[in-house]
Amino acid sequence: MTTKRRTTRGGLIGELEGIAVRAAELARRAGADAAEVLIRDGAELTAKVRMGEPELVHEAGSRALGLRVFKDGRRASTYTSDLRPDAIAGFVADTVVLAELSEPDELNELPDKRDFARGSPDLQLYDPATSAIDAAEALSRAKIAEKAALDYDERVTNSEGATWSRTTGAVVFANSGGFVGGYRGSYSALYVEPVCDDTDGKKRNGYWWTADRFVKNLQDPEQVGTIAAERTVAQLGARKVETCECPIVFDPEAGRAVPGMLFSVANGSAFYRKSSYLLEREGTLVASKLVHIVDDPLIPGAPGSRPFDGDGLATRRNVLVNNGVLDTVLCDVYSARKLGRSSTGSAGRGVGGDPSPTTSNLIMRPGKTSPAQIIKDTAKGLYVTSMMGFGFSPITGDFSRGAFGFWIENGELTFPVSEVTISANFDDLLKRIDRVGNDLDKRASTQVPTFRVSHMTLAGL
Amino acid sequence: MSVPKHAALPRAPFASGGDNEIDAQIARRLLGVALQAGGDYADLFFEYRVSADFVLEEERIKSVGRGVTLGLGVRVTKGDATGYAYSEDLSYERMAQAARTAGQIAAGGGADHAIDIAAIRIPDFYPVRTLSLETPPAEKLALLRAADTAARRYDPRIIKVDASLTEEVREILVVTSDGRMSRDTLPLIRFGARAVARDGDKLQSGSSGGGGRYGMEYFDGACHEAQWHGAEAARIAIVMLDARDAPAGEHEVVLGPADSGILLHEAIGHGLEADFNRKKTSNYSDSIGKQVASSLCTVVDDGTVMHSRGSINVDDEGNQGKSNLLIENGTLVGYMHDRLSAKHFGVEPTGNGRRESFRSMPLPRMTNTSLLPGVHSPEEIIRSVKKGVFAKRFSGGQVNISNGDFVFSLTEGYLIENGVVTAPLKGVNLIGNGPDALRQVTMLGTDYELSDGMWTCGKDGQSVPVGVGTPTVKIAKITVGGTQAG
Repeated sequence: MTTKRRTTRGGLIGELEGIAVRAAELARRAGADAAEVLIRDGAELTAKVRMGEPELVHEAGSRALGLRVFKDGRRASTYTSDLRPDAIAGFVADTVVLAELSEPDELNELPDKRDFARGSPDLQLYDPATSAIDAAEALSRAKIAEKAALDYDERVTNSEGATWSRTTGAVVFANSGGFVGGYRGSYSALYVEPVCDDTDGKKRNGYWWTADRFVKNLQDPEQVGTIAAERTVAQLGARKVETCECPIVFDPEAGRAVPGMLFSVANGSAFYRKSSYLLEREGTLVASKLVHIVDDPLIPGAPGSRPFDGDGLATRRNVLVNNGVLDTVLCDVYSARKLGRSSTGSAGRGVGGDPSPTTSNLIMRPGKTSPAQIIKDTAKGLYVTSMMGFGFSPITGDFSRGAFGFWIENGELTFPVSEVTISANFDDLLKRIDRVGNDLDKRASTQVPTFRVSHMTLAGL
Repeated sequence: MSVPKHAALPRAPFASGGDNEIDAQIARRLLGVALQAGGDYADLFFEYRVSADFVLEEERIKSVGRGVTLGLGVRVTKGDATGYAYSEDLSYERMAQAARTAGQIAAGGGADHAIDIAAIRIPDFYPVRTLSLETPPAEKLALLRAADTAARRYDPRIIKVDASLTEEVREILVVTSDGRMSRDTLPLIRFGARAVARDGDKLQSGSSGGGGRYGMEYFDGACHEAQWHGAEAARIAIVMLDARDAPAGEHEVVLGPADSGILLHEAIGHGLEADFNRKKTSNYSDSIGKQVASSLCTVVDDGTVMHSRGSINVDDEGNQGKSNLLIENGTLVGYMHDRLSAKHFGVEPTGNGRRESFRSMPLPRMTNTSLLPGVHSPEEIIRSVKKGVFAKRFSGGQVNISNGDFVFSLTEGYLIENGVVTAPLKGVNLIGNGPDALRQVTMLGTDYELSDGMWTCGKDGQSVPVGVGTPTVKIAKITVGGTQAG
């Protein structure tokens, strides 16, 4: 990238870019046809308070380098946390030798130079105020939040604690084709988990959290503690209900899983591995017309934003589901080549391993109905506030998960419900979405409003 | 194909003769720095991990990978509070800096600690004949191809096969301020195969995997062969092509041996990790001596099973791996402890203080958790069920520690009708409550088995390898999350 950017972003990115570019050059000299280098550098602090006392202060910085080389169509991926120059030289040479073990694949080459990201938009990913919160300040904020939870109601008798955590980091990516880029990011979060004793001897826990790239945007600690306590106390007396077919309303905390599952079957990797029930369904109706889902990496300040992807390509907004129709399947360079199409700029890459399609900010577009109205419109049904388990088969779409929440009777939330499952084929679940709320929850990188599925099987008593 | 010349023997830089050799004298100095602000206890955890992976996809060796991590984690405790820091750089200055950072949890300054360090002798629950990382890669690639061929030969409807081998050697050195110094080398191998079957427009997949703390000898036994996992993945994919909708609601459920231990792990195992009980946030808090399961149930957590994925010679706090009785004939007799909780309860450490890596602090964790066998033959148990579900394989589970609610996800299950196993069922979740479900155990088989090493347990963001084991188990009533109501 340009000299100007290096100076404006400070020395860290420049230093890491230097290491990355040198490692890529070393790989070329060691006989690789091409090489890609990813460096992650980060610092973290976790400060936890429990029952008013500090329980944990965890503080450290770390740095790791991932390398992928291509040689005669073969590839190898390696990583190391030893970034001393002489250590890197040996590591790079070993990686090139390692590549000889794999078998040639004509798709193993760098993306076309013309597709590399050029320049990068300022996405406001880094807040310098993040690291100004030291351990003492973090403990103090966590303590305020936990106290608010414990003071909220006398039935809050215990706590799994309150935790302030923050990370600041830099990501630098370079390849031997001439791409080099980097950016800094930050993230702070506060999480509170109160515990109540229920009359049947069970404990009931609940939680609430706030998180943002910018410290100033976090919810007030007292408020976080209060909401956590409200949600916990509301669980008291939770019970099973009779097995039935009924409408299911997902709150934004629980409903977030739904676009996530859609992505797991609407990406290039699942497609070329034939591991998706949506194969050959592009351009057809895969959800209710109320459903509109986009992946947008370019939203300033959002948790999942990124200026370039794990292949070094410019990122862009992609529409996955356009008013119910399956539109864009997210691809990295490799899966796109396998499918004979172009990357959507959606590659994610960890320090070890190969890139694969990932989401950035995956968002279900909110509707116009208030969540209160959605509940009011439901005669009998389940309002789901959290789910448990991993019951989803990408290949058949069979979906079955544990669910917790509240029973809806005559348009009102009544008693809390636990220990039931909700099931449907995912294809039916998406097509049966008949209400979409106006309350988009923007805290996480996957964002949904409240929405309702007209009917699913609820298994209980 | 050429064989790389560098087939390096992992050798931790902190081992004797290494670049950053750590001896008792350096350890004593670092512990002194850690405790200088007034901490009560400190430990050093050095870790060097070398791993490699090989992936076969579309009948080709698609990718090979290798990774190396090295670092030191320093923990200091003061009362119930913990300070933790780590360094990836083993220069003395950086290590001392981590020790100072961790030590800041204590304020006010402390006296000089005189620390006598003695090396602890540990047992060996995983002697290795042929270290996999030293074995020529061609042998490993041949295993992947064998699994691929076996799966494709199983049935022409198999349209896709993936196979993978992951190997790792982890060397650790733990030094505590109460003077214990222990070293261990932990091998770990995991082999997996996945097959996709297509019949008309129906698609299904199946997978099978295993491993443990072995070298290449894992692949010697007949049922451990790579081909077996390949054929097994194909068998499941083909069976599932005929799967029908599962029932919804409370039913009798028979769990098959070995992997069903996941139920035990979720339903009761996590609730018996003593950190939750120390904080009284588990539904098993204050329950020692109480009946918490059917009197048929005896549960042990055993870190000493030879070669099992969850076994440990020494835990990540320097305490020897042990076999611990948790539930005896339905009565709760003990928890699993780390150092903090053992001190709190005034008991001996149980060897359950484990951590994902030098970057994380130890927590009480399971090793190999088993429900011991009973007296019934598996056939008798199936015959006793009029209408129910036979659950054979699972993809995972989860528990809420506070209220004991748990789920586990079935990937191979069948209907039982009039005492006979009949149609395969689509994947579903089973949901229950720990104490309730264990009170509903009405029959246990004679056919106890330990899982073929494939399970990884997550807690507080830390993953550790574990084992589970059960005989065939009958549960009188548990909620099956199918789609067929009534």
